[in-house]
Amino acid sequence: MNYQRILICILIMALVTYIVRMLPLAIFKKKINNRFIKSFLAYVPYAVLAAMTFPEILYSTANLYSACFGLLTALLLAYKNKGLLTVALGSTAAVFVAEQLIHLLA
Amino acid sequence: MQENQALTFKKGLKDGLPICLGYISVSFAFGMMATQGGLPVWVALLISMSNLTSAGQFAGTSLILSGGLYIEIAVTTFVINIRYMLMSLSLSQKIDEAMTTLQRWVLSFGVTDEIFAVAMQQHGSINAHYFSGLIAMPYLGWTVGTLLGGTATNLLPVGVRTALGIAIYGMFIAIIIPPAKESLPVAKVILIAVVLSCIFKLTPGLNLLSSGWVIIICAVIASAYAALRYPVDDAEVQT
Repeated sequence: MNYQRILICILIMALVTYIVRMLPLAIFKKKINNRFIKSFLAYVPYAVLAAMTFPEILYSTANLYSACFGLLTALLLAYKNKGLLTVALGSTAAVFVAEQLIHLLA
Repeated sequence: MQENQALTFKKGLKDGLPICLGYISVSFAFGMMATQGGLPVWVALLISMSNLTSAGQFAGTSLILSGGLYIEIAVTTFVINIRYMLMSLSLSQKIDEAMTTLQRWVLSFGVTDEIFAVAMQQHGSINAHYFSGLIAMPYLGWTVGTLLGGTATNLLPVGVRTALGIAIYGMFIAIIIPPAKESLPVAKVILIAVVLSCIFKLTPGLNLLSSGWVIIICAVIASAYAALRYPVDDAEVQT
C-alpha cells in the first residue's frame, strides 16, 4: 500500500472541501443590502434541502416500499411540527417495521 | 437581541445531537466501505476527521481505492462539494458580523448539509459559541461512527443499518415542512426544487450530471424565482 499517495489524496480532498466552505464565509463579512440577493439567500436553505431530499429519500433504504412508508411517516410527523430527532427516528422506525413486514411476507 | 442570547454553546451541543446520531450510521457505512476496500482504520479515520462530508469523501475514497489521478480526485471532490459554496454564502449573511476572521476560518470547516440546515433554522444571527457547539457533536459522531464501522463491522444488525439510511432525510423534512405550512413562497420554493431535482434524476442524459451540480441548479432556479416573485426585506423569510 502506497501511503504517500494515499496521504496526498486525502490532503487534496480535505483542502478542496475546506476551501469551498471557507471562501464565501471569509469574503462576505458585511451584510448584503441588495434586496434580490437577500431574498434569494433567504430561500436557498429550503431549496437546497428539498433538492437534496427528493428523489434521494426514495433510494435511501433497502427498497422503494419501505422508503415510501418512511417518507409518509416523516411528512406526517413534520406536518404536526414534531422535532428533528422525533421525525428522523420516527421515519427510521417506520422503515424498519416495513422492511421486517416485507421480509415476513416475501 | 434576546433571541441571540439564547444561542449558547450548550444549545449548540443540544441542537447538534440529532445530527450526531444521524452521522453515526452514515460514517459507520463509510468506515465499513473504506476498510473493506483495503484501507487501514486510521486512514478511514483521517479521511473522516479531515473532510467531514459524506458524498465527497465516499467518492474520493473510492477513487483512492481504484487508483484515481490526483486531478480526478480534486475535480470530483470540488464538483460534489460545490453546494457548500451556496450554503456558506447563505450562512455568511446569517452569522454575527462580529465574528472574527480566525473564527470564520475555523468554523467554516464545519459547514455540512445538516449543520447548515439547523443553523439557518435559528432566529436571529448565529454567534461563534453556538456554531462551535453545533459542530462539536456531529464531528464526534462522524469520527466515532467511522471508527465503529471500520473496526466492528457487524455491530448493528443489517435491518437497523438500512433503516437508518432515511434518518438524515427525515430530519430535512422536519426542517422544511413546518415553514412551508406557514408561507406560500417557501412551499413554492420547495415544490419547484423537488420537481426540478426529480426531472434531473429521472431524465436520461440529464441524470449523468453529478448530484452536486443538480442541487445547485435546482436551488438557484427555485430561489431566484421566489426572490423575484416574493422579495423579502428581512434576512429571514417571514413565516
